[in-house]
Amino acid sequence: MAQRHSRRIAGYSGTALSEFLQHMVNMLVLGGTYALLGIGLTLIFGIMNVVNFTHGVLYTFGAYITFIVVQQFGLNFFLALPVAVLAGWLLGAAIELTLLRPLRGSDIDTTMLVMIGAWIAMQSGTLWIWGGVAKSVATPFPDAPLVVGPVSVSWLRLFVLAAAALLIVVTYLLINKTSLGRAMRATFQDHDTASLMGVNVDMIYTSTFAIGSSLAAAAGALLGPVYVIFPQMGDLAAVKAFAIVILGGLGNITGAVIGGFILALAEELGAGYVSSGYRDAMGFLIIIAVLIFKPTGLFARAERVG
Amino acid sequence: MKAVITILAVVALASVPLWLRDPYLLNALITTGIFVIGAMSLNLLLGFTGQLSLGHIAFFGIGAYVSALTSLGFDVGLPGGFRVVHEPWPPIIGLVFAILAAGLCGYFVGLLSFRVRGAYFVIVTISFAEVVRLVALNWVELTQGPLALTNIPSIALPLPGLSELTLRTKMQNYYLVLVVALIAYLLIARLVRSHFGRAMRGLMENETLAVSVGIDVTKTLTLAAVISAAIAGAAGSLYAHYIRIIDPEVFAFINTVTMVIMVISGGKGSLAGPVVGGLIFGLLPVALRPVMAPEAQWIAYGGVLMAILFVLPRGIVPSLAQRLTRRRSGAKALALTETGVEERA
Repeated sequence: MAQRHSRRIAGYSGTALSEFLQHMVNMLVLGGTYALLGIGLTLIFGIMNVVNFTHGVLYTFGAYITFIVVQQFGLNFFLALPVAVLAGWLLGAAIELTLLRPLRGSDIDTTMLVMIGAWIAMQSGTLWIWGGVAKSVATPFPDAPLVVGPVSVSWLRLFVLAAAALLIVVTYLLINKTSLGRAMRATFQDHDTASLMGVNVDMIYTSTFAIGSSLAAAAGALLGPVYVIFPQMGDLAAVKAFAIVILGGLGNITGAVIGGFILALAEELGAGYVSSGYRDAMGFLIIIAVLIFKPTGLFARAERVG
Repeated sequence: MKAVITILAVVALASVPLWLRDPYLLNALITTGIFVIGAMSLNLLLGFTGQLSLGHIAFFGIGAYVSALTSLGFDVGLPGGFRVVHEPWPPIIGLVFAILAAGLCGYFVGLLSFRVRGAYFVIVTISFAEVVRLVALNWVELTQGPLALTNIPSIALPLPGLSELTLRTKMQNYYLVLVVALIAYLLIARLVRSHFGRAMRGLMENETLAVSVGIDVTKTLTLAAVISAAIAGAAGSLYAHYIRIIDPEVFAFINTVTMVIMVISGGKGSLAGPVVGGLIFGLLPVALRPVMAPEAQWIAYGGVLMAILFVLPRGIVPSLAQRLTRRRSGAKALALTETGVEERA
């Protein structure tokens, strides 16, 4: 009796372990794209002091670019990501030039509300063009997942993780090793001084917004084919991005990467061990908890706003 | 002069059901009225303390759910084997509970989030609203989740000496909303002109200076949040008993945005602003409906929001008031100040 009982516990802990490992693998895949979203937003929030409500729409936009490239034009799946990055860059630059540049110097509430207006208009535009029915994208990867021991992961998700990692590294190098990146960091520290030192602050703002937007579009292009694509998909993504930025501290890229993985971990564990209905609540609970206990973010170097 | 305009506006609004027979338009006016009450409460925070709450719909929704559950009754299990059984109570008590519950939530949100200001306050309030929405969606035993609470009873007014008057028709509900809106308006007007109102404004204009003359920041802001949330809760209760069905979609972010648009377009920090902005944006979808697809309407909605912020950043009412006072103060002063200077806003 006792023996049977202990075997049952052992069996249970065996499944528990493989379940846990599976959650960890899922966490890595999600975390990579969350990190992309977070880096994009933390750059815009940190450097421009703009609460960017269009970030989620850019994420949706990236996913629809994949849909257009693969399903509507029938082109190669691997072409979709670079096209989405480029399209996100262009759309971001357009938003900055038409909406944010004329408002430079207005208070943060005004720009935030203009961004909300842009978000509503663009999301409704997506709904108008493609309709509300969720779309899926065919991928060239085999249906059978890669099975390693107790853990299985689809080839598509592995590609997502690899591509996200690549983009994170590229962004890191861009910020830390190029002269544009140096000018961006200088503007973040003190835009008046940067301007006096000959940095074209207007150009830096446009580049920052364009780069941030292209990263959001890339995240959408990567996660879109994993799930389904619909006009409101970006709403949650935007709030998650805010959670990541708050976790990691304003303008802190490393913090955003770590924050992305922490959020993914919290979601996986919350969905696995609490209730799958509360998966999406994790981001919000993290925001509230961090702002109550450590409002500067977990990895803060920068000063917070407000 | 101002009082005359207010009285004329109230009389005009009160006469509407007497000549407007179209139930669709009357319905639009009632829901708009309910959202105007919400917008007025948001204005108390945004316009008089400068704090932008983008989770304001949470208080509205909590009011709606509390009021609906009070009048419907519930039987729900709690962790630890407890059961809470509640028999249906009259909806009017639901309204009272809605005000109390929303006010209490306003107290906690106010207490917690005024530690953080600016963009962070905005994000805390959004998060609060989303967490409440997810609870409403997932606590199926209490809220029925996405299946919605249905058959919510209409509000019944106990009349002294007479039997109860149950407000079923659109006309009755219209007057109920109008009366509650008027009470909320007068309450906010009284509040803003009081010592407490001056403290709020002082904090908004210059916090350091306000603190130095002895204004208690946390107390003032928290009290403003409580009153604002309580009024929003009352609006939510009216909504629940008028629409008679409530689902977690009531917490949708777009509903907060609607209130914010009403306040900003009408003019934050102006008492009449949310009413004017609310009537315009509440009825805009009705006006656009025959000419535009629903998606295009929302595009126009976003476009109009951006346009107002660019063209009239201070809102319609303050801009008009400024123009009126300038005209009255004489053409001479006008000529002096405006020569060569293009008037913006």
